[in-house]
Amino acid sequence: MQIFHRSTNTLSRATIYGAIFVVAALFWAAAEIQRSPYVTYAGVRRPQPVPFSHQHHVAGLGIDCRYCHTSVETSSFAGIPPTKTCMNCHAQIWTNAALLEPVRESYKSGKSLVWTRVNDLPDFAYFNHSIHINKGVGCNTCHGPVDRMPLMYNQASLQMEWCLECHRAPEKHLRPRDQVFNMRYEEPSESKPVEVDGKPYTDQVSLGTDLVKKYKLRTVTDITSCSTCHR
Amino acid sequence: MTQGPVQNERAPVIEPGYTLGSVTDKISSIVLTRPTSNAWFVGFGVAFLLLMMLLFAIAYLFVKGIGIWGVNAPIGWGFAIVNFVWWIGIGHAGTLISAILLLLRQSWRNSINRFAEAMTLFAVASAGIFPLIHVGRPWLAYWLFPYPNTMRVWPQFRSPLVWDVFAVSTYATLSALFWFIGLIPDLATLRDRSEERWKKIIYGMLAMGWRGSARHWHRYETAYLLLAGLATPLVLSVHTVVSFDFAVGIVPGWHTTIFPPYFVAGAIYSGFAMVLMLAIPIRKVYNLEDFITERHLQNAAKVMLATGLIVAYGYVIEAFMGWYGGNRYDAFLLWNRLHGPYSFFYYMLLACNIVIPQVLWIPKLRSSPVWLFLVSGVVLVGMWLERFIIVVVSLHRDFLTSSWGMYYPTRWDWMTYIGTIGLFLSAMFLFVRLLPMISIFEMRTLLPEAEVKE
Repeated sequence: MQIFHRSTNTLSRATIYGAIFVVAALFWAAAEIQRSPYVTYAGVRRPQPVPFSHQHHVAGLGIDCRYCHTSVETSSFAGIPPTKTCMNCHAQIWTNAALLEPVRESYKSGKSLVWTRVNDLPDFAYFNHSIHINKGVGCNTCHGPVDRMPLMYNQASLQMEWCLECHRAPEKHLRPRDQVFNMRYEEPSESKPVEVDGKPYTDQVSLGTDLVKKYKLRTVTDITSCSTCHR
Repeated sequence: MTQGPVQNERAPVIEPGYTLGSVTDKISSIVLTRPTSNAWFVGFGVAFLLLMMLLFAIAYLFVKGIGIWGVNAPIGWGFAIVNFVWWIGIGHAGTLISAILLLLRQSWRNSINRFAEAMTLFAVASAGIFPLIHVGRPWLAYWLFPYPNTMRVWPQFRSPLVWDVFAVSTYATLSALFWFIGLIPDLATLRDRSEERWKKIIYGMLAMGWRGSARHWHRYETAYLLLAGLATPLVLSVHTVVSFDFAVGIVPGWHTTIFPPYFVAGAIYSGFAMVLMLAIPIRKVYNLEDFITERHLQNAAKVMLATGLIVAYGYVIEAFMGWYGGNRYDAFLLWNRLHGPYSFFYYMLLACNIVIPQVLWIPKLRSSPVWLFLVSGVVLVGMWLERFIIVVVSLHRDFLTSSWGMYYPTRWDWMTYIGTIGLFLSAMFLFVRLLPMISIFEMRTLLPEAEVKE
């Protein structure tokens, strides 16, 4: 007597061969999810106590990054401005705007605004803003087009593979120091060469290679060593 | 046992008087019709309790961290690595029996290869637990494998610990495949002989539609031979790689080129000891003396004698090089083994692995199941002590006197170790109850009926 129906043959073949694809698909899905905004929050606008617009303040008003992020050139931490910095202007303009009520409240009470941190590296990674700024890494190389962000989001995944992409080949990303804060800086091209020390460059790699020497970057071995970032 | 030693040499691999049908009846009835004895339940119950103790010890380890173990600086590799190497070594006999002896056409393997392979599988499972729980953050143990991760970091391929991951995972995969493919024709036999429908369905699914057609047999033989060919180098390579974990390090007592052959011999030594420790009670309890005959016990004992002497040679060379090499640290290691705080275990090791097993030269003792069982137990203890000496005694006093220390296993170390014995035995108990522990169709080929007349 037959225990199994004829279709069992097909079914078993399909499941055995199919298992390979199912397992492969699961691995693929896991890899994709791990890199998706669902995990990294890349590109996800986060709610803030005050809907502060970088687009308006940077592109619209032309305020330099360092006006608020004062310690970015000298410290590991770029700095979140105190409420007083906001009030430099907002004591004069939009003084009655309802949107700014939490700012005025903070100014009166002396209690800081609690912003939601967007570019948040894990605590086991040691990161220093000043070294990056001083070696010619532009703000928007990591932070993206901040001047076009009405609400802040992180451009990058902030995962280690993203860090290493630059640390393993810094010449592909460096720019002259005087362009670091330029939100509209463009990489050198045939039509728009970038000039450094009187020498025009038409491609990024030759510019970057010279900047690596000029700014005395440590070797790739050094900057990809575990203990450079995990101290 | 009344036969003299000369006749024992020619003892048959299967006692006369069996037919194709009676072999099948005898082996399949153990699984299908024989009532489960109370002794089985008691034995399985004890093993299962030990398994639960293992789970408890591991759960507590996950909660508390490896601080509950006796490992410390300088002895960072304690029981976990000792037990890992011990278990992996035990597994080797199964692969040797099933693959190498198959290729060498040693037909006596047919009665013991099935449960020896099962033993391999369960030993590798027990072994595999240790490196995983030893890593400190076991939930990240998958980092051991190279996969395209978001850290863009690969395992350190220059490290023998990574080679170990590949060696052991390949070994586990291949052992499982080999065992399962070898089971398929017998699973079909069980399917056909089961009375109950649910048994037919379960064995039927496992038999994967085996009908015993000529084409099936042709494919089976090809696949089995290919797998045997793949498994053969593993018998030598897996423990070689395990020995590299030590030999590539610079610690005195680890950094020697004799490690690979000496580890492989030790692995087979302990593996055959485990085969005997399992075979002797099993053949007694299930009345399988006709299938697992004195010939098998004798052969296993001879393999133990041979590999035991290779191991002894390894000890001699280690001691000789300690003296002859003129390296003060190597010389100190030898002194420390003989006179240091763990010297008792070193003398125990010499007794268990070298002195006591020499009784197997006496044919009368070699054919006595009781003696074989006892000597096998001694060898298993001895081989465990060998790994303890290699791991702990080498580490506890290395180059820097100021960082010398002592290692004392805690109760959690012991619970984990004994727990894996519970895991191993639980799996063995289930195996002998649910699957044919002797390969039915391979036994049939040993019968005179099966001989092809030209």
